[in-house]
Amino acid sequence: MSSHAAEPVLSYEEALEQFDPVMGLEVHVELGTRTKMFCGCSTQFGAPPNTHVCPVCLGLPGALPVVNEIGVQSAIRIGLALDCKIAPWSRFARKNYFYPDMPKNFQTSQYDEPIAVDGHLDVELEDGTYYRVEIERAHMEEDTGKSLHVGGATGRIHGADHSLVDYNRAGIPLIEIVTKPMPGAGARAPEVARAYVSALRDILKSLGVSDVKMEEGSMRADVNLSLRPKVAADATGEAQLAVPLGTRSETKNVNSFRSVERAVRYEITRHAAVLAEGGRVLQETRHWHEDTGVTTSGREKSDADDYRYFPEPDLVPVAPTPEMVEALRATLPEPPAARRKRLQSAWGYADLEMRDVVNAGLLEVIEETVSAGASSTAARKWWLGEIARRASADAMDVTAYAAERGVTPAHIAELDGLVASGRLNDSMARQVLDGVLDGEGTPTAVADARGLELVQDDGALEAAVDAVIAANAGVADKIREGKVAAAGALIGQVMKELKGQADAAKARELILAKLGAS
Amino acid sequence: MSLTRDDVAHLASLARIDLSEAELDRMLGELTVILDAVALVQQAPTDGVEPMSHPLPLTNVTRPDVPRPGLTAEEALSGAPEQEQQRFLVPRILAED
Repeated sequence: MSSHAAEPVLSYEEALEQFDPVMGLEVHVELGTRTKMFCGCSTQFGAPPNTHVCPVCLGLPGALPVVNEIGVQSAIRIGLALDCKIAPWSRFARKNYFYPDMPKNFQTSQYDEPIAVDGHLDVELEDGTYYRVEIERAHMEEDTGKSLHVGGATGRIHGADHSLVDYNRAGIPLIEIVTKPMPGAGARAPEVARAYVSALRDILKSLGVSDVKMEEGSMRADVNLSLRPKVAADATGEAQLAVPLGTRSETKNVNSFRSVERAVRYEITRHAAVLAEGGRVLQETRHWHEDTGVTTSGREKSDADDYRYFPEPDLVPVAPTPEMVEALRATLPEPPAARRKRLQSAWGYADLEMRDVVNAGLLEVIEETVSAGASSTAARKWWLGEIARRASADAMDVTAYAAERGVTPAHIAELDGLVASGRLNDSMARQVLDGVLDGEGTPTAVADARGLELVQDDGALEAAVDAVIAANAGVADKIREGKVAAAGALIGQVMKELKGQADAAKARELILAKLGAS
Repeated sequence: MSLTRDDVAHLASLARIDLSEAELDRMLGELTVILDAVALVQQAPTDGVEPMSHPLPLTNVTRPDVPRPGLTAEEALSGAPEQEQQRFLVPRILAED
C-alpha cells in the first residue's frame, strides 16, 4: 500500500561520524478504565460502530463532561512511578482543530497545567549500562474516533473519496508521556529509544493502568528526532551538549519496540543526507511505514499546529491534595527493573536464563510456582523447558497455553514435590505433566490414577538387581574389574524389569555395591 | 495589540471559513471593536489580586468509573447529513490513521 519515492539517506556510520542525534519521545497510552475520560460510555473494544457514544463524546450542544475518577488516579500513579512531581493544581484545556475524528472540533487535553511534571526513568541498555530519560510531563487527554477511508474507485454514486467515522474510541482516556530532549545517546540513540519505550511499558503494565498492547494501539509512540553537528567524540561531553539542537521531525504512531528503534535509525540517516548536502530539514510530521521501514512526509507543522489552546470551561480544576497523592503512592508496585533484579538474585538465575524467563512472559508464573514451594531451578525447567516447548508445538503463547490447559503454578510446585520426595523420577514426572495438561487432575491424582510411583520396596529392587547381574555375567565381570561405565547397561535392564518405576540412582548404587566396585 | 488583516485570514483558514475580501475587511473592523472592548478589562486594578483560574469555587469533581447507557447508533446518527455502514460519512480527510 505504501508506495513512495525513496528519499536519499546516508549510511548510519557516516551519519554518526558527522552528526549527533537528539531524540524526544511522546508516548500515548490508552487507560484500561471501564468508561471514557469525560462520560460514562463503555470503552469495550470491538463493539459495533457508534454504539458506545453519548452527547458528551459526540460533542452535542449542551452536553457536560465529568472527569473519570480512575482516569485521574491512573494519571497520578503513572506520574509517581516516573518520579514526577504531581501538580497541586492542574487543568484541562481545549486543543482546537477541525478534523472529523473529533466531533467536538477540539480535543480535551492539558496544556500549561499538566497533572505531572519533571520526572525521570533510568533505562537499562543491553550492555548493562543505564541511560537516564528525563520526563518533561505526563498529561491527561482523550482518544479520537476511528476513520475508515473509502476510495472513489469502488463505484459509489458519490464518486469522490470519503471517510466513515466511528466514535466508539472518541473520548477513551489517554495519558501522554513526554520526554525532554534526550542528548548524549550518540550511536546508541535507536537502542535507547527502544529500551525507554520497553521500560515504560513494563512500568505501565505493573501499575495495571493499561493493557499496553502496542500491536493493538493501546500504546503508541511518536518519535522526535533532530541532528546537530558532531563536534567531539564524546556525545555526553560539554562541548557536544552545548551545540544548539537542529530542526526536528516528528514521526507519528510507531507501534512496536522494534519499529521505534528502526524509525530513529532511519530518521538519523535521512536527516544526515539532507544536512550533508547543505539542505534544511523541514519541521514536519512524518508517517512511519512498517513494511518498507521508511518515513514519508505528512503535513508541514507550522500553521496546522496553531491549536489555540484555552482552559476548558466545562471542567473544574484537578487539585490533588498531598493526602490523595500519598494514598496513591502507597499503591505503587515495586518498579519492574528492581523487581527483576531482586528475583534473579533470589532464584540464582544467570542473566541469559533470566532474560529467557522475562521474554517468555513467565516472571509472575515462576514467582508463584516458587512461592508455592518449588525450587527455582525446577520451576524454570518445567515452565521454560517442558510447558513452553509443548506450547510452541501448538503455536501458542506459554501463559495462554497454560490457561487453556488448566495447569497452574500450584500444580508445578506439587509435581516438583513429587520428584523431590522420591516418588517420581523425571520421566515419570513428564508423564504426570502430560496427564495434568490433558485435564486428568492434579499431579498427585494423575500419578495415582496412572499407577506411577518409583519402587520404594528395597527388596524388589534388590531382587531385580540380582536377577540382572545373574543374567549378564560378562558385563558384571567387567564392572568387577573396574569398568564402572558398563553399569549403565545393567541399570537400564533393572529399570526395564521394574517397568521404569525404579530410582535409577539407587539401582546404580546397589549394582556397584554388589559387584564391589563402589 | 492590534489585529491585522492577515490575522483574520489565518483565523478564518483555521476555522475552515471561507471569507471574501469584503468579508475579511468587515471582520477585521468588527473583531477590532470586540478586542478593544475586552481590552478595557486590563484597566482594572489587579495589584495583589490572585489570578482566578476558574470561575467556580470547585475542584476535583469526578464521577465513578461505571458505564452508563448512551445513545443507540440510530440516535447517534440521526443528525448526520450522510451515513454509511453505521458510520458518519464525511469528506475525505488526509491519510489513514
